[in-house]
Amino acid sequence: MLLKLIQKEFTLELRRKAVISGIGLYLLSLIFICYLTFSLGRNNISQSTWSALFWLAILFSVINSVAKSFIGERRGLSIYYYSVASPQAIILSKIIYNAILCLLLSFVGYLLFSIFIDNPIQDFPLFMLTLLLTSCGFSASLTLISAIASKASNSSILMAVLSFPIIIAVLLMAIRVTKNVLDGIDREASMDELLNLFAINCILGALAYILFPYIWRS
Amino acid sequence: MKNWLKILAILLLFYVHIAGMLADVPRLNILNETIRALYFHVPMWFGMVLLFLVSIVYALLYLRTPSTRYDHMSVEFANMGLVFGILGMLTGMIWANYAWGSPWHGDPKQNGAAIALLVYLAYFVLRGSVENQEQKARLSAVYNIFAFAAMIPLIFIIPRMTSSMHPGSGGNPGFNMYDLDSRMRLIFYPAIVGWFLIGYWIVSLRVRLRTIEEKLIDLEHEKK
Repeated sequence: MLLKLIQKEFTLELRRKAVISGIGLYLLSLIFICYLTFSLGRNNISQSTWSALFWLAILFSVINSVAKSFIGERRGLSIYYYSVASPQAIILSKIIYNAILCLLLSFVGYLLFSIFIDNPIQDFPLFMLTLLLTSCGFSASLTLISAIASKASNSSILMAVLSFPIIIAVLLMAIRVTKNVLDGIDREASMDELLNLFAINCILGALAYILFPYIWRS
Repeated sequence: MKNWLKILAILLLFYVHIAGMLADVPRLNILNETIRALYFHVPMWFGMVLLFLVSIVYALLYLRTPSTRYDHMSVEFANMGLVFGILGMLTGMIWANYAWGSPWHGDPKQNGAAIALLVYLAYFVLRGSVENQEQKARLSAVYNIFAFAAMIPLIFIIPRMTSSMHPGSGGNPGFNMYDLDSRMRLIFYPAIVGWFLIGYWIVSLRVRLRTIEEKLIDLEHEKK
């Protein structure tokens, strides 16, 4: 059941291409603007600026894309899904789908960044691991928040307001590891943060799994 | 709330305020006399976490058996927790002004606490934007639980992982802060109890207020 649901998400996405194209365009334009601004000034950007810009771009594209997972769904369609599958399967499939989506987004963002702007990352595998962990963390928390926000009135504003504080913990760890990676510090130093990220992911994922059935009942 | 608890709370706080100002305190570098703020700043945070904890317990109870009483308790405890948090922030800023030189230092604990307050402000925004009572209660209960779990790493774990200007970080957290003198302990522990009791008192009053308001509205509806 779970696999079928994930397959369904991907098929829908490939059919409409709504989310991917919109977010891709957003990411591309953001990076291009950064490129124009910085190359016109003819100066190299510092590492902290790179990190800040990168995570800003990733954060906003991720929030926008995951928000669409529950908020855009029409009521009839939702009722159909809920009658067919168990709520746990639904939330798990959405979380996994969103995690893959976020990972894709961050990876593409990173590629674009390294093409247009500098690429100061020194430890590539570690950075990839960070992107993976952060994508999972973002996905777990944002999917549940999107489910909550979809039931309320002004959904998109609410989504942003609700998601920001919860995201911060994950984002903080990711930024720390990025700083270490940019400085070229030994891998051991980042282990703490990575473990922390993993633990937070577990907590958020488990909670989302447990709490979702209470939300969809309506 | 029992009367003797109310009287106990008042007496404790009188004691804390008077003894806090007059009793002897150990002299430490940088802090000097400002260490007295310990009696006011730290109990606010303890009280806040305790109140949020009770709020989440009621949220869990609500999810198991939906009853408006649990919802009222959950909201009011969250409300009070937020007030305590803001007070804790303010007292911290006043203390920081004297001990560190400026009210806001970008200290990780300060930032973590600020974000925790944001979480609960978002909670109230959520409650405001849902019309249906039952859905409001359910959604806010879920968010309460979720946000509490996300807040714990921020307040407790992350500041311990970094060096911060807060006394006691980069080393033992919590109580063994300033080789907490037994003289200070005499005033510190009653302060925690006293402040929490006051918080609980206000919550019980507000819950009664809400229940009565609800009954009034119901009666008016019936008349029509």
